[in-house]
Amino acid sequence: MNINLTLLSQAATFAIFIWFTAKFVWPFLMRAIEARQKHIADGLAAAERGRQDLELAAQRTAEMLREARNQAQDALAQADKRAAQIIDEAKNTARAEGERLLAGAKAEIDQEIARAREMLRTQVAMLAVAGAEQILKREVDAKAHADLLASVQAQL
Amino acid sequence: MAAQELTPTAYVGHHLTNRTISLGEGPFWTLHLDTLVTSVLLGVVGFGFMWWVVRGATSGVPGRRQAFVELLVEFVDDQVKGIFHGNRSFITPLALTVFVWVLLMNAMDFLPIDIMAWLYENIFHQHNWKGVPTADVNTTFALALSVWTLMIFYGVKVKGAGGWLHEIFCAPFGVKPLWLAPLLLVFNLLFNLVEYVSKPLSHSLRLYGNMYAGEIIFMLLGMWAATGLAGTVLGAILGAGWAIFHILIVVLQAFIFMVLTIVYLSMAHESH
Repeated sequence: MNINLTLLSQAATFAIFIWFTAKFVWPFLMRAIEARQKHIADGLAAAERGRQDLELAAQRTAEMLREARNQAQDALAQADKRAAQIIDEAKNTARAEGERLLAGAKAEIDQEIARAREMLRTQVAMLAVAGAEQILKREVDAKAHADLLASVQAQL
Repeated sequence: MAAQELTPTAYVGHHLTNRTISLGEGPFWTLHLDTLVTSVLLGVVGFGFMWWVVRGATSGVPGRRQAFVELLVEFVDDQVKGIFHGNRSFITPLALTVFVWVLLMNAMDFLPIDIMAWLYENIFHQHNWKGVPTADVNTTFALALSVWTLMIFYGVKVKGAGGWLHEIFCAPFGVKPLWLAPLLLVFNLLFNLVEYVSKPLSHSLRLYGNMYAGEIIFMLLGMWAATGLAGTVLGAILGAGWAIFHILIVVLQAFIFMVLTIVYLSMAHESH
């Protein structure tokens, strides 16, 4: 155990190695490691962003789905309403048409009745004239008694 | 050497003698060539490897080599993070240097001493070549004193010369009450001196003692070979067991040395 010049030489060697490590080994490696750490941090951040985006997209999808469903329901309801309306309209039209036809038929019947009555009246008048002709046993001037006949006819 | 009789003392002595070259008068001006060359080679290989890997470092998916170096660096950085709170751009490289270098130097202990001695002797023609730099007290003192110097440097840098001196005289006992102040100043100074002396001593001698003792145990186990074939086998088995246990010591001591380095430097950054 003798201390000698070796101590100084070893100290110098040590100093050189420290300098070398601090200058040439440490910074290079740290740069690489830090760059990688940044890389990883960026990647993690991107993943997080992606996850958020996904969540957002899922939310929006759900919203859109809900909206579409609502719209479909609205359309369905409207269609139902429209159908009911059409049916109502059709019913009303049909009823009106039926009434109109009925009224037409009634009017025709009334006309027929009136015409039949008219004919009957004419024929009764003629029968009455013929009866009167036969009663009087002579020819009556139709012109001379037209007024009388017309008044009889009106009374019928 | 060949003519000399091989006694246990000669055997152990041979393995514990450094290869020295004298650079001047007096015992101080000698250099342990083995310690210096081995440690420099290990450092060049270790830090050269890291530099080579790190030069092509990618921020993408790292290769095996880069992952290994990153693992090492992040392990050290985590230790620093846990102990030291502040700018780590110097402390971590320092701790990394300490850990890698000490680990490599300690790991030289795994190489079988007698085979290595034969290699040094016959291939490199170096007599008395000690292969483990950390089993040389010069190395551990050099490391510990460098850390110690940095500790004082950072103490002064962070707290200012006045703050640092204030701490030496006024911590840990304080200077109150005032009538006791002169006595307390002396006690504080003594306390801090003891601390400043004991830190590098314990720091360096712990590592040195462990590695030195590890070497000696390998030698003692190696001496079983002198008792015959059965002794050789027993020695080999015991040596293997010790080597396995030594893996723990080698790594643990390197780790402890690094952690103490960080602790001392972080203490220098904190004021009482």
